[in-house]
Amino acid sequence: MHLKHMNIVIIKYNAGNIESVSNALLRLGIQAEITGDHEKIRAADKVIFPGVGEASTTMAFLKKEGLDLLIPSLKQPVLGICLGLQLMCSHSEEGDTPCLGIFEEKVKRFTPKPGMEYISKVPHMGWNTISNLKSDLFDQSLSQQFVYFVHSYYATVGEHTAAETNYINPFSAALHKDNFYATQFHPEKSGPVGARILENFLNL
Amino acid sequence: MLAKRIIPCLDIKDGQTVKGVNFVNIQSVGDPVELGALYAEQGADELVFLDITATHEGRKTFVELVKRIAREINIPFTVGGGISEIKDAEALLSAGADKVSINSSAVRNPQLINDLAKNFGTQFVVVAIDAKNYDNHWTVTVNGGRIPTDKELFSWAKEAEDRGAGEILFTSMDHDGTKAGFANDELARMADMLKIPIIASGGAGNMDHFVDVFTKGKADAGLAASIFHYKEIAIPDLKAYLRDKGIAVRS
Repeated sequence: MHLKHMNIVIIKYNAGNIESVSNALLRLGIQAEITGDHEKIRAADKVIFPGVGEASTTMAFLKKEGLDLLIPSLKQPVLGICLGLQLMCSHSEEGDTPCLGIFEEKVKRFTPKPGMEYISKVPHMGWNTISNLKSDLFDQSLSQQFVYFVHSYYATVGEHTAAETNYINPFSAALHKDNFYATQFHPEKSGPVGARILENFLNL
Repeated sequence: MLAKRIIPCLDIKDGQTVKGVNFVNIQSVGDPVELGALYAEQGADELVFLDITATHEGRKTFVELVKRIAREINIPFTVGGGISEIKDAEALLSAGADKVSINSSAVRNPQLINDLAKNFGTQFVVVAIDAKNYDNHWTVTVNGGRIPTDKELFSWAKEAEDRGAGEILFTSMDHDGTKAGFANDELARMADMLKIPIIASGGAGNMDHFVDVFTKGKADAGLAASIFHYKEIAIPDLKAYLRDKGIAVRS
């Protein structure tokens, strides 16, 4: 299907940076719909689940809206971004929150290295590289490329890790299981590298 | 490895880019969106847009400008200037800014830092500090460095962190506009004291100044304006130079 005719939905909920994702898609020539409507989400060709915020309050909001049951039941490709990735895991240390459980990986808080605080600050903020790429979200030209991160919590490395980044310790920069994809970094803010990852997702 | 960030800063007045030398003598150097997109393409890691317009009309122009920036530019950007209440920050964030920077308003009302962090998250809040060395006492200044306050640089930076700042943008008014290098001793002292990232500003004149600010100054990011605007240093050359010196930068 031509990208321009694809029906892309960005899940609307109480989280920041949703407009940033829709702006990034516009730069690729795609007008996405931002909605919390269950029927529209189910009918979309691709679904994006972005978000910046706090895990426990966001999970509470998803439950209130019934999105906690809808999202794991989706059959089309789904891309979680940042907090979206964390909420797709089994549990987050942030507010000791049970999450959606799509990925078995757990979400923990970064701990600065004693005596090396000035090179292990939390949040992990800025550009870092991705490696050990294991997903059709990535092509090998993306190995060791820099992408933009802003986060204090990370998903552990496990069975569904699709890209790794090392900051204080190795963590999952991306996860992939069946039709579910997720990135801890912000492809919508990661320059041409991020645009390519978004295009790869749209072309799945 | 986490890359050190290079951040061009664009001062905006009535929707146009300006840069003052020592914050006076303003000269216009172009369209902010065009210039920002050019820097992003050249490898800038983030952008800062500071609105120095004081009028109500100018504020509206700035919010519209932020919307255009958010649509056109594919790297993170911070906006600052004239944010004194939650609703000012909210307008800019919903226009698409990734972070807001507050300066004089935080000095006047430190609770603003807590309120912004609580409402939007610490990662949205950059506290900018302009300071000047008066007889070996680093004093926080406001109104573009013109008015000294009763706050001391290091204790204010720590207080800002404790209140929920996500980053500190420190400008040494003694170094700003001199092109003689950053305030590396003060930056290093701050880096050892704080747990949040520090953006160094004021004094960049050549590529070695950036090497020094990331090594001696232990800064996470280096910010500059005129040397980029007047094409004295090209960002791709600066990145290549830093890489040669063993500093992690984004390629």
